[in-house]
Amino acid sequence: MIEDIPLSHILIVSTLIFFIGVYGFMTRKNMISMLISVELVLNAVNINFVAINRYLYPERLEGHFFTLFVIGIAAAEAAVAIAIFINLYRNIRSIDVDEVTEMKY
Amino acid sequence: MENYQYTIWILILPFAAFLFTGILSGKLKPSLTATISIGAIGIATALSYLAAIQYFFLNASESYTAVEAASFTWYRLSDTLVIDMGILIDPISVMMLVVISTVSFMVHIYSTGYMKGDDGYARYFTFLSLFSFAMLGLVLATNLIQIYVFWELVGLSSYLLIGHYYQKPSAVAAAKKAFIVTRFADLGFLIGILMLSYYTGTFSFSDITNPDGPLITQTIGGTFLGLSTLTWAMILVFMGGAGKSAMFPFHIWLPDAMEGPTPISALIHAATMVVAGVYLVARMFTVYSLAAPEALEVIAFIGAFTSLFAALIAITQTDIKKILAYSTISQIGYMMMALGVSGYSGEAGLGFTASMFHLFTHAFFKALLFLGAGSIIHAVHSNEMKDMGGLRKHLPATHITFLIATLAISGIPPFSGFFSKDEILAAAYASNKLYFAVEYLVAGLTAFYMFRLYFNVFWGKKRTYENIHESPASMTIPLWILAFGAAFAGFLPFSHLVTTDGIPFDTHFHLTIAIASVAIALTGIFIAAALYRKESTRSQKIAATLGVFYTVTKEKFYVDEIYLFITKKIIFNLISKSIAWFDRHIVDGFMNLTGNTTVAASFRIRKFQSGNIHQYALVFLTGVLIATLVYLYYYPK
Repeated sequence: MIEDIPLSHILIVSTLIFFIGVYGFMTRKNMISMLISVELVLNAVNINFVAINRYLYPERLEGHFFTLFVIGIAAAEAAVAIAIFINLYRNIRSIDVDEVTEMKY
Repeated sequence: MENYQYTIWILILPFAAFLFTGILSGKLKPSLTATISIGAIGIATALSYLAAIQYFFLNASESYTAVEAASFTWYRLSDTLVIDMGILIDPISVMMLVVISTVSFMVHIYSTGYMKGDDGYARYFTFLSLFSFAMLGLVLATNLIQIYVFWELVGLSSYLLIGHYYQKPSAVAAAKKAFIVTRFADLGFLIGILMLSYYTGTFSFSDITNPDGPLITQTIGGTFLGLSTLTWAMILVFMGGAGKSAMFPFHIWLPDAMEGPTPISALIHAATMVVAGVYLVARMFTVYSLAAPEALEVIAFIGAFTSLFAALIAITQTDIKKILAYSTISQIGYMMMALGVSGYSGEAGLGFTASMFHLFTHAFFKALLFLGAGSIIHAVHSNEMKDMGGLRKHLPATHITFLIATLAISGIPPFSGFFSKDEILAAAYASNKLYFAVEYLVAGLTAFYMFRLYFNVFWGKKRTYENIHESPASMTIPLWILAFGAAFAGFLPFSHLVTTDGIPFDTHFHLTIAIASVAIALTGIFIAAALYRKESTRSQKIAATLGVFYTVTKEKFYVDEIYLFITKKIIFNLISKSIAWFDRHIVDGFMNLTGNTTVAASFRIRKFQSGNIHQYALVFLTGVLIATLVYLYYYPK
């Protein structure tokens, strides 16, 4: 059963996923890859929420609800981000993040 | 306790008329606006008389006590300090109700004739309703804050009505002058209110003027320049009253206020608003008399001085409205002086009763004089006496009523002014012989300048006028009604009605003073008759022999010029310019310094925003890691 797996194992997995996501966000130049990395970061947080809720406060549901919120917001974020990418591609024929550096002072 | 609930309608009706005609201005026909205003003030007048009859004559007890007919909490500052709005019924407020509503009602009717065809006819009546509401609210106020609110409201409506002919620059200037001068004086009033409420913890008149209250029985605060804090507070309150009542040195606005329509001068600048200062002192009289006698001495001195000063100026003026304006200032000085020499309770309070009595009779005859002047101006289209003369044939009704009012103000029996002036002179004689001498002289001067005006307008040189005619009935009927009041108001037993402590007393008729005052009034009249009844050059010769003195008086003792010198040369140059310099260089400089520093700093660090998203993410991540490490270090558990 799930109680046989200690909480620390799950937290190690989520930490790994979190930093994989951060690493991907830092190194990838393709915006879609960066978006996927951000999803990884968010999912790492989701795992934390669910696991801590299950292990520490099994009688409550706030962690689960929060996860649902995160998933919903991630979906909205993906929709907005992809819309931006499409427009960007139409204008400069590229979604390489290094090509988009006009948004500065 | 008797029921005075209905008095609330005295306030509501004019206010409703103001709101209704004001909001629908332009949609209503001007004549309908006038009808609504007249209806509202007419009912308010009837209710005022009802209240007066109920209070004075249907009252079973021996003395008159104050009644709060209505009261509600308007604003709660703390548990003990609350601002109420209410209606206070006591002898002076009921007397003022009668005066204000009567004169206001007469002026409303008169204005339908006088203002006929004026472009601002509807606007005029709307503001007239506002003024009536404000003035009635002022006299019915139960506490200092309420009286201050209505005090400013009458100031505002006075401003609006003086500036009725707003196309004329002189009217605009006069309106501004009236507002600014009285506002300046009201600053003192406000500080006085705050000082009083600071020490008493209340605004209510019934607590402050209670003869057994803590304000009067105990000494409060420290002393400053040899006078107690309370005395200073009361002097500051009087400063507000002096501003509204045009006492020296705040009198400069009143003659200029004659730029307004003449019925306005009759209502606001003769009968009601300008006596608000007298009313204020009378309202606080218990405190003045029992706890701040030094402040009362100031009032007596300023009143006596102003009455003499204004009477001297009135002699040399040529604009009939200006003469009446200075005469008003002089008569209000009389009232102030009478309050100043009065004691508290019984016969000693004769000055108080006399002052209120004079306020009452003065409202009738001075309103009548102004309305008569309006009728004259309406006929000859000029304010200057040189354009008039021999008018008694052309304006018979105006002539008779004007003569009654002139006799009343001169103190000729049996007209009303004789009785009230006699009481004032008796009160002055009983307390201070110097003030008596001054007022006695002023009585003669009053008779002289009023009959100078009368003879110059109605007698004097014969002139021919183009299509001159008596004013319409809407103007002459109010004249007759007011003339009735001016002739017979003196027979009211005032000392049985209005006294310092509400207990009636009997006045004795002072035969010597009466004979003496009639004698000097007749002297003034005979001199005026000798100089002005027939056209002659005698008056010019006398003016020439007086030389400098005549010029100085004619130029109103150069008070306006002194004011201009002080404001333009001293305040503007020395104070305002240095403040402007300070503002421009120090205050603005500091603001510019902070702005420029921010701009320069952000210019330096703007390279930080490179547009490279990886760099942003790195900075963000570093920040989060540092924050986490700091957190772990300080809260290691």
